Amino acid sequence: MDIAETIENQVKENKILLYMKGSPNLPQCGFSAKTVQALMACGEKFAYVDVLSNPEIRENLPKIANWPTFPQLWVDGELVGGCDIVTEMHANGELQSLIKDATSS
Amino acid sequence: MEAGFSENTLDVFECSILNFSIMQDFAMGANLTYENRINSILEDEFFPDYLEVVNESSQHNVPPNSETHFKVTIVSSAFKDVRRVPRHQLVYKALAELLSGSVHALALHTYTSEEWIKRGNNVPSSPHCMGGGVQN
Repeated sequence: MDIAETIENQVKENKILLYMKGSPNLPQCGFSAKTVQALMACGEKFAYVDVLSNPEIRENLPKIANWPTFPQLWVDGELVGGCDIVTEMHANGELQSLIKDATSS
Repeated sequence: MEAGFSENTLDVFECSILNFSIMQDFAMGANLTYENRINSILEDEFFPDYLEVVNESSQHNVPPNSETHFKVTIVSSAFKDVRRVPRHQLVYKALAELLSGSVHALALHTYTSEEWIKRGNNVPSSPHCMGGGVQN
């Protein structure tokens, strides 16, 4: 399986998936930490991939997603955004409803 | 943490490459700072009502006077009826050349003038560094 397929499967099989630097308990970047915080506040389980320990994903996902940086939040197979977007959506309540819809569907 | 250690090494290595390319730019007579370059590209591309580019590199784990981490706040009618992800993609595309080089992180806040007024011209703040790339 090539890396594009791996990524495709990951976003398909995990309704809520965060590509980040480090892990939710030990984020390695302020932007990843802030995104995890917003996501955790929604109170649902989510999958994550640490791109620091998966250099191939770190290298290829930006091209596939047309999104140059991490973190990246994917919900229902679609890129929701990075730190700035997720933080804003959390502040105005959109993130909570998006996450709730994803987990209940 | 064994696995994390080598990845951290990789990050530090990248940082030194970044600074090397900045030095090269200076050597080639390109005196414009990245801040200026980002500014002028976005001015040309989006005719913004408001544009602010801030070099936030000093908040991060990079040498002094680096130009690696930026925050851009841009208000433009180009974002009208465009959803958030494609808005950011438009900006990334305009800055693709800079992003493929030494610019390492770009915090991006994109608004239409209506949205900008609604939020009271208030720019969200960026998170501080958590030491990614440092070897302890």
